[in-house]
Amino acid sequence: MNNSLEPQPVVAARGVRVAFGAVTALDGVDLDIRAGEALGLVGHNGAGKSTIVNVINGGLTPHQGTISYGGVDAAGGGVAAARAGGVRCVFQELSLCPNLTIVENTRLMHQGLTGFGWRKRALTLIRAKLDEVFPANRIDCTGTVGELSIAERQMVEIAINFIEVTEAPRLVILDEPTSSLDASLAEQLMAHVRRFVAAGGSVLLISHILGEILSTSTRIVVMKDGKVVVTKPVADFTAKSLVEAMGSVIKEKTHAATRTGANAAPLVVDLPVAPGSAFGFAARKGEIVGLAGLGGHGQTDMLLSLYRARSSNWRPQRPEEIAFVAGDRSLNGTFPLWSILRNLSIGDLGALSRLFAIDRDREDALGADWKAKTAIRTPDMHNPILSLSGGNQQKVLFARALSTPAAIVLMDDPMRGVDIGTKQDVYAILRSEAEAGRTFVWYSTEMDEICLCDRVYVFRDGVIVAELKGEEISEEHVLAASFSGEAA
Amino acid sequence: MKKGLSANTLRLMIPVVSLAVLLMAVFWLQPRAMSYMGMNLLFNLAVPIALATIAQMLIIAVNDLDLSIGTFVSFAACVTAVYLPTAPVTGIAILAAAIAAYAVIGIVIHLRDLPSIVVTLGMSFVWGGLAVLILPAPGGTAPVWLRSLMTAAIPVVPLAIVASIVIAIVAHLVVMRSTLGVAIRGVGGNSRSVARAGWSVLRIKAAAYALSGLFSVLAGMALVGLTTSADANIALRYTLLSIAGVILGGGEFVGGRVSPLGAVVGALTLTLAGSFLSFLRISPDWQIGAQGAVLIIVLGLRLLLSRREA
Repeated sequence: MNNSLEPQPVVAARGVRVAFGAVTALDGVDLDIRAGEALGLVGHNGAGKSTIVNVINGGLTPHQGTISYGGVDAAGGGVAAARAGGVRCVFQELSLCPNLTIVENTRLMHQGLTGFGWRKRALTLIRAKLDEVFPANRIDCTGTVGELSIAERQMVEIAINFIEVTEAPRLVILDEPTSSLDASLAEQLMAHVRRFVAAGGSVLLISHILGEILSTSTRIVVMKDGKVVVTKPVADFTAKSLVEAMGSVIKEKTHAATRTGANAAPLVVDLPVAPGSAFGFAARKGEIVGLAGLGGHGQTDMLLSLYRARSSNWRPQRPEEIAFVAGDRSLNGTFPLWSILRNLSIGDLGALSRLFAIDRDREDALGADWKAKTAIRTPDMHNPILSLSGGNQQKVLFARALSTPAAIVLMDDPMRGVDIGTKQDVYAILRSEAEAGRTFVWYSTEMDEICLCDRVYVFRDGVIVAELKGEEISEEHVLAASFSGEAA
Repeated sequence: MKKGLSANTLRLMIPVVSLAVLLMAVFWLQPRAMSYMGMNLLFNLAVPIALATIAQMLIIAVNDLDLSIGTFVSFAACVTAVYLPTAPVTGIAILAAAIAAYAVIGIVIHLRDLPSIVVTLGMSFVWGGLAVLILPAPGGTAPVWLRSLMTAAIPVVPLAIVASIVIAIVAHLVVMRSTLGVAIRGVGGNSRSVARAGWSVLRIKAAAYALSGLFSVLAGMALVGLTTSADANIALRYTLLSIAGVILGGGEFVGGRVSPLGAVVGALTLTLAGSFLSFLRISPDWQIGAQGAVLIIVLGLRLLLSRREA
């Protein structure tokens, strides 16, 4: 790429590589953002969108490659270098201090607001910017952020980042900025983005609403598996071609043939259509039901509400009819100080105990049984759980759920960061357990896992927007349903 | 806007109302307390407690908890009583070093991501030991200037009241109005976004701890000014009193929600609760329990009010 005749790009990333353990999040990304352009960034789960955002805003130092702001290399400069380069970031999750007032939050975001009387100046600035971006809003800027609605917090955070104190913002990163705004507010924001870009600023826009991307961006970057796969002006895209660009280049059919007779099995879960959803939720005996869609669009909430509805709050029932395999192993999966065996047997201690004491022989037998079944790679089940690799820890968590008599097993994206060999082992166990009559509800952010399911619900904005069965389960259908074509 | 204001005002209203109720009860039991002398006696010991409460509040504002305030105030009192009258330079140097140590504790807690409760619990034994080393048996003297400052006779309003108001105003300016105060409360509210905005959370935490150390040292000095001598165990109760005062005054353990005005009122209320029980001729052994009861009642009221808000 030859930029010698053009002014320096606001941000230039060259060969950026970031790896978290065994997972490569960014694999040699080149990205230029020039002044006066709105760059749309799209991609499915795990494409590397949030990682590149974190690299650009200085929160993450790339393991390889360079990042420069306005032609100045920012090696190891972190957040300070990014802010000095005029980079501002509106994060997907709200990141204001709820205990402070809007004015105080403005002060925290802008180090330039120093000296006597900063409150008054901050108030004038934020008031003016809120009125500019969202005309006719009725937000009281002296109030505490905690008292605002989610949409109002989002509006305040956006406005704060567009404020000019000592230097003008040169690049504003908007990560799903309209996720909590209604249609008219979202339109006001997009109009402001267009004005800002026309005045020479630049914006990096991430959204699952392709209508916003297509109507607001000047150029679109499509990411997949940590790489930039397509970069083209917006005119070259339609909603359909954008979805296609996000999919695999080579279409491979991994889906197993749907088992015959599955549709006749009795329903074990049958929820009515939730408000806003297009479909109710149902699961049959012996079925593997997938929950797909972009991360954080209501899949985990669905699993949790299923779990709550089926388990008693007060006294655990015998036998428990539902089991949960957690996604975040260290946060809510393993007991890090316990042995492998204890981590496994905690799932159903009632079945192992006699006269209120645990029967050690039965516990050991259970351990030996599941060690063989799931091929947990350890010389001794009494070793600490942390002596296992992540994938084998995950197997123990699966075994914990499967060793209970639970008829329904809920899985909250449990295979993140697990090696491919372990995955294959677990897939085989899932299949045989499903054939034995167990029902699995599986939230996964990985497309090949979704393709293993018998039936898939696609989530968007907290509701089910599509149900795919058998042959319909494919990457392109899931992508098409995950990204809404028109503006919300 | 109106709703927001009322929520914050209510938060401050509860400690103020409980102080007023308690004060009226005391006056009803002992009308002679309603005088210049009476008020001074009632609230005299509230001054060091109010300072210690502000110190605790600064730590709570960054989502930590300081279990060493009691022994640290005792240590500061011992240094004041032993060194300040005879070797003021040494004394001030020791106190300054202690404040620096507080900043270091804050840095260590942040860098190593340690639970503040454990670190400060450990430090409480260190401060307690140092206090015993400095002053093995109760004794020492208050510097003359400190003694005269703490017993100054101000016309019309007793010194204890004036001092409490001054402490409240200074703490309010530092914690609620200054940029540093905003940063400290910001760390309590959402430290990640403060860091993302380019601040050094490490420096903010060190500053909060150092400020807290400063207020604790002032508490120790005020205590010596009132009692004229010190003892290594003189302020052990302050750890729990200060936590109770912060919570009573509308603060919360997490989330950076603190109120300096409320904290001072909370400290006054707790002091008065002790006197109230003495007037009722209840043994001092019951005082801690009674202070706990006052705390539970006030927190219960707050819960009821916040439920109604929601």
